[in-house]
Parts: sequence; C-alpha cells; structure tokens
Amino acid sequence: MSNIARTFRAGVAAAAILSQLAAGPASAFCGFYVAQADTKLFNKSSKVVLARDGDETSITMASDYEGDVKQFAVVIPVPTFIERKQIGVVDPKTIDHIDRFTAPRLVEYDDEDPCHPAVATLSMMPAPPTMSLSRSERARSYGVTIEASYDVAEYDVLILSAKQSDGLVAWLTDNHYRIPPGAEQVLGSYIKQSMRFFVAKVNVDRMKAIGANYLRPLQVRYHSPKFMVPLRLGTVNAKGPQDLVVFALSKQGRIESSNYRTVMIPSGFDVPLYVKDEFGPFYKALFERSAARENIGAVFVEYAWDLGWCDPCAANPLSNKEVAELGARWIGVNDDAPYSLSRLSGGDGVFVTRLHVRYDAASFPEDVALLETKDRETYQGRYVLRHPWRGEASCKAADDYRKELPGSFATLARNLETMTGWAHSDIAARMEASGQPLPAK
Amino acid sequence: MTDPGLVERLRQRLPDARYFQIAALSSLLAVNCLRIDFGARPLGSAMAIGAALLTQWVCARMTGATVDLKSPLITGLSLSLLLRADAPWLYAVAAVVAIGSKFALRVDGKHIFNPAGFAIVVLLLTSNGVWISPGQWGADVWFAALLAFMAILVLSAARRADIAMFFLLSHAALLAARALWLGDPLAIPLHQLQSGSLLIFAFFMISDPRTAPDSAAGRFLFAFAVALSAHYMAFFMQMRPALYVALILLSPLTLLLDRLIPADRFIWTGAVQPGVSK
Repeated sequence: MSNIARTFRAGVAAAAILSQLAAGPASAFCGFYVAQADTKLFNKSSKVVLARDGDETSITMASDYEGDVKQFAVVIPVPTFIERKQIGVVDPKTIDHIDRFTAPRLVEYDDEDPCHPAVATLSMMPAPPTMSLSRSERARSYGVTIEASYDVAEYDVLILSAKQSDGLVAWLTDNHYRIPPGAEQVLGSYIKQSMRFFVAKVNVDRMKAIGANYLRPLQVRYHSPKFMVPLRLGTVNAKGPQDLVVFALSKQGRIESSNYRTVMIPSGFDVPLYVKDEFGPFYKALFERSAARENIGAVFVEYAWDLGWCDPCAANPLSNKEVAELGARWIGVNDDAPYSLSRLSGGDGVFVTRLHVRYDAASFPEDVALLETKDRETYQGRYVLRHPWRGEASCKAADDYRKELPGSFATLARNLETMTGWAHSDIAARMEASGQPLPAK
Repeated sequence: MTDPGLVERLRQRLPDARYFQIAALSSLLAVNCLRIDFGARPLGSAMAIGAALLTQWVCARMTGATVDLKSPLITGLSLSLLLRADAPWLYAVAAVVAIGSKFALRVDGKHIFNPAGFAIVVLLLTSNGVWISPGQWGADVWFAALLAFMAILVLSAARRADIAMFFLLSHAALLAARALWLGDPLAIPLHQLQSGSLLIFAFFMISDPRTAPDSAAGRFLFAFAVALSAHYMAFFMQMRPALYVALILLSPLTLLLDRLIPADRFIWTGAVQPGVSK
C-alpha cells in the first residue's frame, strides 16, 4: 500500500508538475566552462515545457520519478478532449538540454593588467525531469467516461471525463490509485470546469519491446484559450514546498504569470572566487532566500531570451529538431542544424522564458495562470567571478588597483551574505583560503 | 461608529479628492520604482504622464475649456501602473488616445468612456506592442493601497464614489459564488481579489464620476453589469483584460441609464471653503 501511495503522489505531483533541479555541466560553447552544481539542487521538483502559439498549447512534463516503473502513474487535468495524434513522448535529453541552456550561470573573468588590458568568459548550470498515470472498463458505473484509450510509446493513456469527483475518486481507487485526502475537492473543481483527465501509466511489456530503460516525458498538445500550469493536485498532501521549473516557448515575448507576482531573480553581481566550487549550493541558497522574501508567493524569471542566441551561452544551442520537439513547431524546420536567429527570415521566432516556482498549498491556492507579453528584453541569472590581477607590473594604475583590492573583496562578501544568508564568518574564512582575504577591521 | 456630521464637516474642509488620488497613485509608482518592482518603467511613465498633460492642455485650448491638469495626471499615472509596452512611445500614444477620447467622444456634454480604460482597450486591439499588467503588488502593498483608496473615497470623494464599492462587492460576490460552486477553498477567491489592477480599476476607472451613471440606482446596475460581464469574459472566455473590455463595451449603457433614471450631473469642484488656504 505504501508503494501505491507513493506512486500516486508521484503521479499527481507530476500532474501538478514536479521537479527538481540537478545541475549538469555545460559545454564551453563560447567561453570556458566554469562551474557546475553536480547534485540535485532542489528536491521534489519537476520540469514542464510549455509552447504557446495563439490558442495552441503544448505541455511536456518531466518528473524525477525514480521508483519501479510499474508503479508509475500520472493524472493531468486537460481543458479539452485529446486525440491520439496530440500525444507524444519527448527525449528526456532534449529537456535536459533546454534546462542547461537556460540555467542560471556563473561567468568568469580575469581582471586585466591595470597597466595594460584583457578578458575571458564562461558559463554553466543546473536542473532535471520525468512524469506519470492509469485506466478501466466498469467506469460508467462510477460516472466516469473513458473517452479514449491510447497506446503511446511506453505508456497506456486514457482520457477520462467524469460527472462527480466521488465517482472519479472511487474509480481511481478501485484501479489501484491511492488518492490522498483532499484530492477529491480539487478533482471536483476541475470536473465542474469541464476539464478532462489525462491518465497514463507504464506498459512494461511495450517498454521492453521498445528497449527503453527510462521513462520519457509525455507531451500533450491541445487547442484552448486556457493557458495555465495545473499544480493544485500536486499540493494536496504534499510535505513542504515543491519546485517547478517551466520552460515557456512563445512567439512574441516573455511569459509571465497573470495571477501571481512575477519577479526577476537577483542577477548580475560579483561573487567570491570560492563560489566556483559551490555554485549549486550558492544558487540554491539565493533562490530560497529570494522565495522567502516574497513569502513564497511569487514566480521567478531565471532566463528570458530569444532562443536564437545567447551570451554567454551555458550550453550549445538547441537544434531545430529539438525546438520543434519541445512544441515550437511553428519554426517550420525540423533538422539537426542549430536553431538560430539568423536562419529565420521574417518568420516567427522563439522566445524562451524560464520560470521557477516554489509552491505550497498555502501560497499557491490556485493554478498558475500565464500570459504572453510583448517584452523581448533579455534577462538571465548570471553571477560573476573575477580573478584578481596578480602581476608585478608597477604603474600608478596598478598601485591604485592593489590598494582597492581588499575593499572589493569586502563588497563580494557583502553580496554573498545578502543574497544567500550565509554566515559572514564562514564567507570570510572561505575567501581567505581562496586568496581573497577581507581587510582587517 | 462614525458621526456622519463629522465626516461631512471633514469633507468640506478637504481639497478636491483628486489631489489625494494623485498622491496615492504617485506613491504607488514610487514604490514600484524604489522598492517592489511591478513593472512600471520611469521612461514609459514619464511619456504617459507628459503626453496626457500636454494633450489635455492642447485640447482645452482648442475647445476653450479651462485647463485643469489634475484629471489627465490621474489618467497618466493609471496608464503607467496598468499598461505595459515594448516601446516607451506607445505610452504617449495611449495617453493621447485617452485624453483625446474625452474631448472627441461626448454625448450631451459628458464623455462616454473612462479615458485610461478606453486607451488600454484601443491599444490592446490595435497595437502589437502592448499588454497589461495584472498588478501583482504583493499583499502588503495591496492592503496599503486598498486602505488608502478607501480612505480617500470615504473622506473626500463625491457621493457617487459608491460605484467603486458596488463594483468590488459584485466582483467579490461572483468570485465567492464561483468558488462555492466549484467546491474551491475560500483562499482562491481571496487570492483572486489581491490584484492591484483590480483596485485601480475599481477606484479610478469605473468610479470615474464623469463617466459613471448619475443616479445611485444606475450606478449599482452598471457596476453589477460590468462585474458580471467581466467575470464571464475572464472565466469562460479566458480573457485577461476582461475588466477593461467589459467597462468599455458597457459604457454606452450609462447614457441609457441616465435617461431612464435621471439625476444631477457631476462636476468636479474643490470643496475648499473660504478662509481655508490651499
């Protein structure tokens, strides 16, 4: 029973959208590769890719499910009936790719010889995904209609509609989904809003036949003016806040929430050199502090940029094929060439917004509604390492530079303390050990 | 709890309500720029305010009206807080459309549309570069603004400011009814009410005494009709600018209401008493 319970929670959370951020190394596309957070930064997290074109929405859900695939299941509310051709699976590597490409990054510079001049750059970052859910026949007696049943790669998918939440809960329960208390109310609300339920579970035989040894993210496309991320189911019975990272692809500009504050993550300041080895924990602390400052009631923008270029790039550009696979089919090409701005002549481009939501039931009582803005201004979570110049040269500028160095170290320490809440004494000790001693008081 | 005579005496000693409104909106803009960014930009705001003042001045000169810059300043501030554009000049266009509509679209000597609301709808329909801010100010700023706006309403505003309360109550009742129907927790309608643009809409647009119906009954009917239409557009049509669209679509209704339920026309006047310095 505990297995089943665990499964359902995992499934429902994915519906709600789960996530976790693991950091992966970035390749040095236009600079040196500097840092990486090599563990899961955020527990209980999920990733969702949304592509929005008019009233067409494509939603791809990745969870970090690690249990027995037989136990895996998801229930996702969808606004319309879904046909077979509107469902697909996506290579998890593609989601990892856009995750790395848009991740907050650490950039590295060398201070130049003050007597002469120079530069260098770099990037990197974190994140991860997966998904989930189920089916039956005696459904009608529950007031549940199985509107369609599809085989989709390694998944068995059902599209359900229901008249009453208790019938749906009974059906799900009798089909071995342990429903957490409280889910019924949320399901009832979705039913009254005429939403259907996309239910999927793993077909182990087919999975073997395909030769897949991991679960691929499911993608659903539909036509509806509704533009939102359903996360209420995921808050039911959740222990503590969860993280969701949304990669939103749009034609016109940045995506923001229309019912929660959308806040730019603090960015663009210098940090001590030792953060290079602590980038994961640094970013996690920064995010958590920012979220706390907003009483967890905000959606954070970690990246907003035309997908056709980047500066500095945290990963190689996505290929046209990957961009289309993630739902932005409007680009009209599907080859392996890198997606880039210059390739588009007059056509619609792709703007990507990376939104990071930390949510719980109290702070996020309703689903996150989204809207597309016309804002194409670029923004990224970017933190700077500056290697002090250690040359021997002597000139007035060099003397001034050396004189100001301790003061600049103090600024770095202050930045770090303010942004992460880390203890000053720890910061001072780590900085000293990495050659950036703070001035004596 | 309050002595009505006291409130009345206080009102008479206070200057024109618009001074307080300007102070409240300016404070919000300052909070936006200095502390909690909710999207207004200094250049765009300057464009909106400057163009609104200039248009008012030019139009007043052309029509021989007295130049009064308080109303256009409120319009410019409202546009700064509500409208978002990818180019600053669009704010100037919005302000010109807003103020221009006051002079161009009049029936019986009364303008039909709230200027800022009209400009927002026109620009959303015709320009590719604008969108609206949902006005998520955070709970603290929202409550502070609510209290300030209510205080202005009670203390100094005209009798017809009741439309703001009619509207807010209708809107809240519809949200609560929806939650009840869906079986949603009360936290959801409460969260939905915490929108800054809702406050600006209620206290500065629909309650604009120059465009609101003259009679109390007319104002109540109008406020409810706008709330109901906006609710339908927002939840059944998923329209984000539902409030503004509902207001502008229904504004011609005020002409009918004024004819069916006649009452005195509103005129802005400072309640400054002789002997009280400005």
